[in-house]
Amino acid sequence: MKYFRQRLGFFVMTLWACITINFVLPRVMPGNAAIDMMARFKGEISPATYHAMALALGVQTRQNLVSAYVHYVADLFTGHLGVSATFFPRSVVSVVGASLPWTLGLVGITTVLAYVLGTLIGILGAWRRGGKLDSLLPPIFIITSAFPYFFTALLAILLFAIKLHWLPTGFGYSPEAKIAMTWSFAGDVLYHAFLPALTILITATGGWILTMRNNMITTLADDYVTMARAKGLSPRRIMFDYAGRNAILPNLTGFAMSLGFVVSGAVLVEYVFSYPGIGYTLLLAVQNGDYNLMQALFFLITLCVLVAVLVMDLVTVLVDPRTREQG
Amino acid sequence: MTGPTTRGEAPVADRLRSGAFYNVTRAVLSNRKATVGLGLLLVFVVLSLFPGLVARDSPTADTFTPSLGPSLSHLLGTTSYGQDVFAQLVYGTRESLVIAIVAGLLATALAVFMGVTSAFVGGTVDHALSMVIDTFLVLPAFPLIIVIAAYTKHASNGVLIAVLVVTGWSYGARTLRAQALSLRNRDFIIAARVRRERTWRLITFEVLPNMTSLILASFLGAALFSVLAAAGLQFIGLGNPDAQSWGTMLYWAQNSEALQAGMPLWAIMPGLCLALLGASFALLNYAFDEIGNPALRPVRMRRGR
Repeated sequence: MKYFRQRLGFFVMTLWACITINFVLPRVMPGNAAIDMMARFKGEISPATYHAMALALGVQTRQNLVSAYVHYVADLFTGHLGVSATFFPRSVVSVVGASLPWTLGLVGITTVLAYVLGTLIGILGAWRRGGKLDSLLPPIFIITSAFPYFFTALLAILLFAIKLHWLPTGFGYSPEAKIAMTWSFAGDVLYHAFLPALTILITATGGWILTMRNNMITTLADDYVTMARAKGLSPRRIMFDYAGRNAILPNLTGFAMSLGFVVSGAVLVEYVFSYPGIGYTLLLAVQNGDYNLMQALFFLITLCVLVAVLVMDLVTVLVDPRTREQG
Repeated sequence: MTGPTTRGEAPVADRLRSGAFYNVTRAVLSNRKATVGLGLLLVFVVLSLFPGLVARDSPTADTFTPSLGPSLSHLLGTTSYGQDVFAQLVYGTRESLVIAIVAGLLATALAVFMGVTSAFVGGTVDHALSMVIDTFLVLPAFPLIIVIAAYTKHASNGVLIAVLVVTGWSYGARTLRAQALSLRNRDFIIAARVRRERTWRLITFEVLPNMTSLILASFLGAALFSVLAAAGLQFIGLGNPDAQSWGTMLYWAQNSEALQAGMPLWAIMPGLCLALLGASFALLNYAFDEIGNPALRPVRMRRGR
């Protein structure tokens, strides 16, 4: 499986790039967590206290770069990510662990939904080219896909939460609700997730519609589609099994590639809705100069995207026999 | 072409007509999406060049009655700091547009360089460069921008543009590489190689003119990305808080809870302007896609009317 090996190699390579960025950035940029702390205490700190604080916050002051790098990677994989300055004295791992389910639920589900929805509309639009669906939706979605996520989010809040009072303006759950595995809590979570989910859907679906429609149009012009029509196959079968199946292939890679964009946009959506996920926590970490937490979150976000890319590559192997034959 | 022509101006016209610039202009004007996009963009360009013509008040004046609703003297009302929203909006155009265009141009230059080099040098260099391009493509750009900006603290526009270029060039590089690869073995390129044209000459005079629409498309894509990313960064407070830009306006509006406090225009209008500027880039981009790929052009359903 040459293809599989290549994709796995790419996964490892990108993961390494991400880890290295995380390692190098704090060392080439000015400032660290301990210096920030110093600034907060207006310099009334003795060098000894500074040193102790730097140790506690995991700021490496003097160390050989190579051994620092090895330690860094080892700590990363054993989950020793230090203490969070924002949520002191909680560890970075526990903070990240608490926010991850929120993002996986919200962003994971909406991304897949947007993709499936966009692909279906794209197939139908290209099939009935110039029809009602096709002349209405693509132009609308070209425009909405260029909207900043936070603009759609602000509009949604203004309309549904402030004017109509249908839905809450933000947060993942009601302040009085108890976090528990009960139906009422699940309902509360869904109630709060509706607006952020809608925002991501509106902005993210457009891109998939457009790319899928374009692929489909190119595929529909192919000879084997004409042949299938000549054989008198049912339109459904031609649309999904003949044209759709081939048109979706470039779009699968596209899904993996543009996942980074969706995740990026979701960070802002979480911020606008104060949704207690990874993105919101990342911004809290940034505002508080919490470098340990920030690095861990960036690593985690990248890891999620890379895993999704790898999964997509494997799906491509399953759907496209040509990638299997090469190996 | 076919010998001397009878009319004196014809050679010039011929040259113009065959020029890439002329082709692009004609294509833009004959495509409705492109015309709308270009119109929107022109409005913003005029606003950014002559903000004083449209807005009477200074964007920095904070002497008005705070939190006013829209009226004739304050078209979009005032902020809770006593500034005129309309003036801030008009004066904010320049920075958003300049960041988009400068970052877009630099990112495109990098994309052309990386993509074309990768395709034309080939071999190990191509493998290595493709790997770099793909790596930058999948790294989630906005979180990366946030992390870099967090270390630099209230990023100046120079830093902001540098970060946007680093994170925004890869998509264009990927499509340009694919295009350059398909051009590499065309007859006219092989002919030029046989003529022993120098590589840089071959690339600038034979390859690049044939990639005009794709280069324009990657510029528009990069500019769109830069507008949205820069505004997002300023919105969450990682830009310069004193800047005159739409993102900064949104930051202050969000800080004062403008939506809840009954000043929705303060937050919605800069967002709308960003959306419109973004839409103009996206419309132009999509139109160039149609121009480059005739199969995508709109068809009219024939129903024998």
